Amino acid sequence: MQDIVIRAEHVSKLYKLGVINHGTLYRDLQSWWARLRNLPDPNQSVSDIARRSDGAARLTGDIFRALDDVSFEVKHGDIVGIVGHNGAGKSTLLKLMSRITMPTSGFIGIKGRIASLLEVGTGFHPELTGRENVYLNGAILGMSRSEVTSKFEEIVEFAEIGDFIDTPVKRYSSGMYVRLAFSVAAHLEPEILLVDEVLAVGDVNFQNKCMGRMQDVTRAGRTIIFVSHNMTAVGSLCPQSILLADGKVAMSGETADVIKAYLDRPGSGGKSRYEIDPSEVDGKAVITKVSVFDNAEVIQDAVELTEPFSIEVEYELREPLSGLSVGLQIMLEDGYTTVVSLSDPELEATRLGTREAGLYRARVRVPACLLNTGTYYLRIGISSRFSIYSVVEGVRFDVEDNVGIIQMLGQQRKPSISAIQLPWDVQKLHMRNKDGVLK
Amino acid sequence: MSSDSKQTETWDIVITPAKATKVDIGLIWRYRELAWMFFKRDFSTFYKQTVLGPIWYIVQPLMTALTYYVVFGKIANLSTDNLPPFVFYMSGTIMWNYFSACLVNNSETFSKNATLFGKVYFPRLVVPVAVALSGIVAFLIQFCLLLTVALILWLGGAAINWNFYFVFLTPFLLIYVAILGVGAGLIVSALTVRYRDLAYVVGFMAQLWMYATPIVYPFSQIPEKYQWIYYLNPMTTPIQSFRWALLSSPPLPWSLVVTNTLIALGLMLCGVLFFARAEANAMDTV
Repeated sequence: MQDIVIRAEHVSKLYKLGVINHGTLYRDLQSWWARLRNLPDPNQSVSDIARRSDGAARLTGDIFRALDDVSFEVKHGDIVGIVGHNGAGKSTLLKLMSRITMPTSGFIGIKGRIASLLEVGTGFHPELTGRENVYLNGAILGMSRSEVTSKFEEIVEFAEIGDFIDTPVKRYSSGMYVRLAFSVAAHLEPEILLVDEVLAVGDVNFQNKCMGRMQDVTRAGRTIIFVSHNMTAVGSLCPQSILLADGKVAMSGETADVIKAYLDRPGSGGKSRYEIDPSEVDGKAVITKVSVFDNAEVIQDAVELTEPFSIEVEYELREPLSGLSVGLQIMLEDGYTTVVSLSDPELEATRLGTREAGLYRARVRVPACLLNTGTYYLRIGISSRFSIYSVVEGVRFDVEDNVGIIQMLGQQRKPSISAIQLPWDVQKLHMRNKDGVLK
Repeated sequence: MSSDSKQTETWDIVITPAKATKVDIGLIWRYRELAWMFFKRDFSTFYKQTVLGPIWYIVQPLMTALTYYVVFGKIANLSTDNLPPFVFYMSGTIMWNYFSACLVNNSETFSKNATLFGKVYFPRLVVPVAVALSGIVAFLIQFCLLLTVALILWLGGAAINWNFYFVFLTPFLLIYVAILGVGAGLIVSALTVRYRDLAYVVGFMAQLWMYATPIVYPFSQIPEKYQWIYYLNPMTTPIQSFRWALLSSPPLPWSLVVTNTLIALGLMLCGVLFFARAEANAMDTV
């Protein structure tokens, strides 16, 4: 029997909403003075009165249940994925396990050295050189100086930084910065590693390298808890997963089943449209609307295999942001990503510039037959180098073959992800005569 | 799943609700390398970012001492215990600077480090410890400057009655000031979690506190009926004792030193307890 290295029992975390205090002594005194004279509190916010109705199950009075009676166990050497929609409690759970905040009730026991990776490059200082930052970051993550020294060569090599190691990191490109930051983290050797979304940054090659590194780490017998929006990553890394929904454990078990349950969950999944009132959501950038249009510019749940269709995303930037990537992923039911596309081409330098605040609409046209028949899920995200501003997922659409072109030909469509018609060139070269000789 | 696993199994880390985090000196000791790294970071970034760099360490006490010399020595004509005024002011200023660095730089520990504290766990007390370490460097540089200035004045004929006790006493005075400054800083940092605007008041309060401390005037000038103030002000001891140990100014009464020390230790204890309470839920409010 494997040892249990993490056990959580009836863990709850409550947040008190509304006015605890106003953050400044001046305002607290002002409110107190107003109450004393029976006047309305000048600092009471209107939204305290008109609160959103959904999510009411988790709200009791002013108390919000970020985690509600969560229990689970993780065995030694397991790689467990934690999935769930935004606000389901994933980050809260991770923060509790990393000892950044405390639970309101319940118990979590952990055996062995634990390290958490909620962000890459925590504590990196732009003025310091790569070398100094490696030591600083290593110390912050809990590595001893001698440990960092013994792995220093390896870290630099993995990060592909080379001679720039003695340059202040403020002169690094974003790619170099992330590579160095991840590299330090990747060389941590705790018995238990908590990872949050960090793979969402960096270029694709480096992401693959990171995934490989994580797989190596688990082969070395360490335990990993991986929280991610990236279903492809969870699917390929973690055999077991836990699905959180509304602060509770909704399901735990085989990852493929959990991902399916996750994508099928009512709420934000299973719809071909997504639209929210932007005033309900905080953030620097918010995705307000996602819709799928067929070739005739009508919003549809299902589009034709043989016709092109479009995906439209509307988003609001509330402050000027630089280095943005706004893009989408089209995923299969099991979470495997088929297409990733950024609204600003990766190779274009203008993408790194600052984009002004405002409402934007981005539209992408998907060519006919790019996707085979089946059900697809969209994941749309706005992110920059180090942070993810807004993610919408679970928007669903079907690709159907109503024309029946394949059946007409009397063939079954082969189970490929794409049905794209590639431009073949077929030429007749020779013919055999009746003696079987080529002429 | 048994509900009594808390008792039956042994865990390396147990996470349960608590009003305050446990103050674990052993744990802070294990993170001493991190304190050292923070110290190095603060020191080298200060060096890299400011135009004057380390020269600032030298210019600042010289300018302050010069100002005091003009305002309090020449214009107000306050006594300096028969010490050369410039040396008198400078010795008070550099000791006070160290205290004020510990107090002011620690007053916003939580809000300044919110991004770091929100992402990684380590005993938060490591940060104030690193701040106190950084201050010592500045003090040592300024101390060398003070010795140089005093030596030059002495060679030029000024009446300085050297006292070599400072060789032994200065480290203890520094530890005393670090305990006091960090203690007071921790109390303020725990309060600024709730009341951000207090951070602005700290600089001003430190200024007032400075004038309540014998820096621009000697303790010997204080009328007896006001001396109780100095019994309550724990900064009296390090400033006056430093002057005594270096320049043979009149020593303080023992009763004052003992009262001051007890107050300093009390502040440190309160600071650590307040800080531990603030640490427990700071990340939910900042």
